[in-house]
Amino acid sequence: MDPVAAKYVGAGIACLGMGGAGIGVGLIFGNYLSGALRNPAAAGAQFTNALIGAALAEGLGIFSLVVALILLFVK
Amino acid sequence: MVNDPIHQFQIHNILGPWNIFGQEIGFTNSNLFMGIIVIFIISFLLLASAKRAIVPGRLQSVGEMWYGMIHNMVGNVLGKEGAPFFPLVFSLFSFVLVANMLGMIPYFFTVTSHAIVTIAMALFVVGLVIVVGIWKHGLGWFKLFVPSGVPLVILPFISLIEIISFLSRPVSLGLRLFGNMLAGHIVLKVFAGFVVSLAALGIGGWFGALAPLLMAVALTALEFLVAFLQAFVFAILTCVYLNDAIHTHH
Repeated sequence: MDPVAAKYVGAGIACLGMGGAGIGVGLIFGNYLSGALRNPAAAGAQFTNALIGAALAEGLGIFSLVVALILLFVK
Repeated sequence: MVNDPIHQFQIHNILGPWNIFGQEIGFTNSNLFMGIIVIFIISFLLLASAKRAIVPGRLQSVGEMWYGMIHNMVGNVLGKEGAPFFPLVFSLFSFVLVANMLGMIPYFFTVTSHAIVTIAMALFVVGLVIVVGIWKHGLGWFKLFVPSGVPLVILPFISLIEIISFLSRPVSLGLRLFGNMLAGHIVLKVFAGFVVSLAALGIGGWFGALAPLLMAVALTALEFLVAFLQAFVFAILTCVYLNDAIHTHH
């Protein structure tokens, strides 16, 4: 395969990792909402924890973006 | 290329560069906006707290919310021992928040869209965690990497994983903010580019350009949310990491 084409294909494949982060963030906020609707009184105190979990899950997706950017722009 | 989405992140010298000890050092647009951010934060908070009315006006309410939100968060995560770290967390939050928000204004430079800036802040936070942890607990702080109640057989693996996860903190903390700002601004620019290239097609293209235009407006609103959320997440994670240094029993 042409090396330049392989580089772009690799960057595209690296971005698939962001789908995993999307599933993770969706699970966290979905479960947070379902818990919050059952017990609204306790929801406010747990919002910070939901944000921490979402941030940690999102960070892994950002790694795949960085891998794609490195493939594209680092010579 | 006119619609190059990466062009907005270019750093160029405004003054200089001067040759200082063999290094080319200049006053760049990044430096200029860091200065603007600091001046904005200081003057806004001074202005908001100038009147000190018992019933706060609009400006004072914003200042109080800004301060109170971080004060509550530090109190919830770190407890009473966290009070000395409040100024640090508040400064980090304010800098990142104002940098992200100013970056949303067209033609303004986004300081936090450069990995060197965000990773430098993250390295400072994690370095501080190590220094404070050893200061407060001595060498006993390293028990952080040896969780209690784990069977002896798998303890080396758990310790290894804990050490790796600790060492990846500055990278993940810095790259999260950098990646979010970079990706958000690229997406905005790409959709704005669609509007221009579709509108160039003629009358039919004008109607076609409506869809990406509406999308760009919606994405701008989303980016404001992300700008605030990432600043808050940076502050929360700083607190959570500092918590390891202050209360280290697990």
